[in-house]
Amino acid sequence: MPATAVRGGGARAILDRARHTSLPGYALTIAAMSNEPPPVRLPERDRPWMMRTYAGHSTAKASNELYRRNLAKGQTGLSVAFDLPTQTGHDPDDELARGEVGKVGVPVCHRGDMEALMEGIPLDEMNTSMTINATAAWLLALYIVAAEERGVEQRKLQGTTQNDIVKEFLARGTYAFPPAPSMRLIADMIAYTVENVPRWNPINICSYHLQEAGATPVQEIAYAMSNAIAVLDAARERLGATGRAQELMGDVFGRISFFVNAGVRFVEEHAKLRAMGILWEQIGRERYDVQDERHLRFRYGVQVNSLGLTEAQPENNVQRIVLEALAVTLGREARARAIQLPAWNEALGLPRPWDQQWSLRIQQVLAYETDILEYPDIFEGSKVMDGLVAELLEGARAEMAVVAEHGGAVEAVPYMKAALVDSHRERIQRIESGEHVVVGQNRFTETEVSPLTADAQGGILVVDPAVEAEQIEAVRRWRAERDQAAVDAALADLARVARGEDSHENLMVPTIAAARAGATTGEWARTLREVFGSYRAPTGVGVATPMGADEELAELREEVVRLQEKLGRRPKILVGKPGLDGHSNGAEQIAVRARDAGMDVVYEGIRLTPAQIAASALQEGVHVIGLSILSGSHRELIPAVIDALHEAGVNVPVVVGGIIPEQDVAPLKQAGVAAVYTPKDFDITRIMRDIVEIVGERNGVPASV
Amino acid sequence: MDGADLGARLRERDLSAAPAALNMLESNAPADREQAARLLHEVSPAVLGGEASGHIVGVTGPPGAGKSTLLSALLHAWRARERTVAMLAVDPSSRRSGGSLLGDRARIEFDPSDKGVLIRSTAAGDRLGGLASATRAAAQALATAFDVVVIETVGVGQAETEVADVADTVAVVVQPGSGDVLQFYKAGIMETPDVLVVTKADLGQVALRTRRDLSAALRSLGSRGAGATRVLAVSSLPPTHGIEELAVALDEHRASLDVAERRLKARRAGALLDFAREHGEQGMRALGGRHAAERLLERQDPGLDPQALVAALERAAGEV
Repeated sequence: MPATAVRGGGARAILDRARHTSLPGYALTIAAMSNEPPPVRLPERDRPWMMRTYAGHSTAKASNELYRRNLAKGQTGLSVAFDLPTQTGHDPDDELARGEVGKVGVPVCHRGDMEALMEGIPLDEMNTSMTINATAAWLLALYIVAAEERGVEQRKLQGTTQNDIVKEFLARGTYAFPPAPSMRLIADMIAYTVENVPRWNPINICSYHLQEAGATPVQEIAYAMSNAIAVLDAARERLGATGRAQELMGDVFGRISFFVNAGVRFVEEHAKLRAMGILWEQIGRERYDVQDERHLRFRYGVQVNSLGLTEAQPENNVQRIVLEALAVTLGREARARAIQLPAWNEALGLPRPWDQQWSLRIQQVLAYETDILEYPDIFEGSKVMDGLVAELLEGARAEMAVVAEHGGAVEAVPYMKAALVDSHRERIQRIESGEHVVVGQNRFTETEVSPLTADAQGGILVVDPAVEAEQIEAVRRWRAERDQAAVDAALADLARVARGEDSHENLMVPTIAAARAGATTGEWARTLREVFGSYRAPTGVGVATPMGADEELAELREEVVRLQEKLGRRPKILVGKPGLDGHSNGAEQIAVRARDAGMDVVYEGIRLTPAQIAASALQEGVHVIGLSILSGSHRELIPAVIDALHEAGVNVPVVVGGIIPEQDVAPLKQAGVAAVYTPKDFDITRIMRDIVEIVGERNGVPASV
Repeated sequence: MDGADLGARLRERDLSAAPAALNMLESNAPADREQAARLLHEVSPAVLGGEASGHIVGVTGPPGAGKSTLLSALLHAWRARERTVAMLAVDPSSRRSGGSLLGDRARIEFDPSDKGVLIRSTAAGDRLGGLASATRAAAQALATAFDVVVIETVGVGQAETEVADVADTVAVVVQPGSGDVLQFYKAGIMETPDVLVVTKADLGQVALRTRRDLSAALRSLGSRGAGATRVLAVSSLPPTHGIEELAVALDEHRASLDVAERRLKARRAGALLDFAREHGEQGMRALGGRHAAERLLERQDPGLDPQALVAALERAAGEV
């Protein structure tokens, strides 16, 4: 995309540009410029945004009950959280699913589960958002088939499948197939829905997870827009194959929505969203020749920042969430279409229904008690806001040009990943040094005991471990009772289309047929893995810039050298994530800091089985193992890793980091874990020093101080 | 740990001895060095009664060329032939802080319960990114126990010439449409490889053209063995293509080789390199210069392991 407009022109240029558009917001801007008094109130109060809660756990039945209760409380849309096996295309009885079934979301294994999940919910009226990516085509197919069973035609379905694979490679880790076939699945879904499920948003371009992975606002804008371009290019090519690109491109563009993040620097965050709106319209006009104003509108849903939520004094998170919600609601010109807010206790573990209700009530107070919905855009004509927007636009355009030079977002994944790892590290260093203040964590840390976390579970949801066994039993029963020949035939046809013998055939068609026949999530994904191959995304850590040594790190390096002399070899650490949780940001930061401290680091990345970790530890001859888990499956997986290590004859200390509730620490240590680190331990150099000390002790080298 | 015992176990093809043997060979602790010398003696040609039977394959190429994916596919092909495989993945990462990030093993797919596979990541040597002397020793030791020993390096410098020294067969991996690779050869950084692999053959015409260009360039270089260099196009992602042919080409190269001569040369070159790194120019002068040192090595028992050869050089330097 040509980086025209604004370059160097600042706020003035934006306003100039605004004159040439006819969007309603800009019209108001123009009115302001032409000295007419701007209207102070809207003729009619705006309708509130759609209110959702990201929810789902244990089983389809339990989640259905939760959804119905949430709707009764005034929630206006559904946001389905799937568990990690469903997100990565594994059935509950798969080895990799161990410990993860029903944890961070609901397991949906076949059309029976989807029917139970949506029981009693009017599918022709409901707007359902599904956080599902690698297996999005499959879950949409199950939704279509469940609706069909109830006599609701697919044309009537409304909602969103997240379906953004580039950010899975960059930040979230629940991919299943290599980049090229993943993009093909997305393009096929777009081509299918634009004609058959016209009210469905087939993809939600996510900048949300980029911020969680450390993106600056400029990176967040640039990478999300570049990603959208990659998707739209793929869709245009796909539609071109059927000769309908020209005709349908406007509809396709209009159906692409975004899923963004908002941090606590809420003024800048609001400017970010205004900047995205301007860029999006420009891309539509210039790159895809979209004319219709409705299609050109930047539409986004939001989940506000989870990265900034603290484990220390977690009640402070409520204020943070409120302020972040203002970033996406305050200015009418860039207001969210749909909002879901995290719960105050997400850094502690999984939120309970009551915690989520609190977040829904925040939305309702904002929408129904305050006056924000009564005014036109309140930032209109603000020099500060326009200036911030211009700054962000300039930075984002420059960064988009870099991504384009790499050959576009798909090709630039390694570049973007490394840039994110670097940004995240800088952020952490600012927190460590105190330059970036986090109240209750690195400043104002004195506190009374919180009554909120006083109950036996520590104020979080604990999923019944029996759920996993029940689900395993249930899927086996499902397989035994269905028409196996029909499933085999459907999967064979899916494989045939996937092999691409006829490039006009859309993967959605055999996918829906397989859903109807009763195939399972794992079977669908396995069939495609066999054709497409599997994939591991770049980790970004190999190319992370070495860190300049501050005093503390320099001291630690000396300690590492001392240890090295005693050991005969450089201290070697294995860092990896067992289970299906793909949130690798923390593990990456640990790996990079260990390298910067002078250790040899074997970084194994995500989705490891206990057997893999044990084999690597043995073959690599490491001195210590660092495991990271955020999905709540540490209770099952960590002891399993320790057993596997014993079996392999590896006797080295294991340290664990992640979202580990206080009450789980003692049992983990009893199982043989040497140390546990949680979000409270934000100083990574200090964690490293601790690890070096543990290695020293285990090898008879006491610490020097 | 007893070095002689570990060496004996490797000689009996006990693969479970390999991790401990590698820990020992990598260690600089004086006690470990002593044991390592005993280990290497146990797997030296003198004790084995000939060269170690494993095939040492060097695989090198620029970042992003698809080495890991290729190695995953090759690993699969070798295991299907029931060959045991050890891979030494050498990482070039900067030594600014002394530490290194070894990320490659995660990219090679293998069954963790398969005892016939070992993957070990190791940082490049501290100086100039050369191959750590431990890696050379490890390759030679593992070749007594494993059927195939792969040394994987990223084609950026010193390490590559050293891989060429230590490996029986050198495969260079390039991706289609990357012109820089030709420059690399024309600059004479490395001698002509034994096998040239063009990856991502699924890119169709581009891959075919790259293969054709490379063949032409190799002919025009006209150097030693130019006619013998095989150029193959492979696709390592399913549906794979050319992997079987590559496995066969590597075998054929090995079969056409005088292994004893190549290994002897490698041991002598390695010993000289280690000696020079340890004792510098001064040490070399004490031996009467590089040429004299080479002559001295040629007079030693051809069955000695490199560490024993270094010891011989040190003795000679001390006597002068």
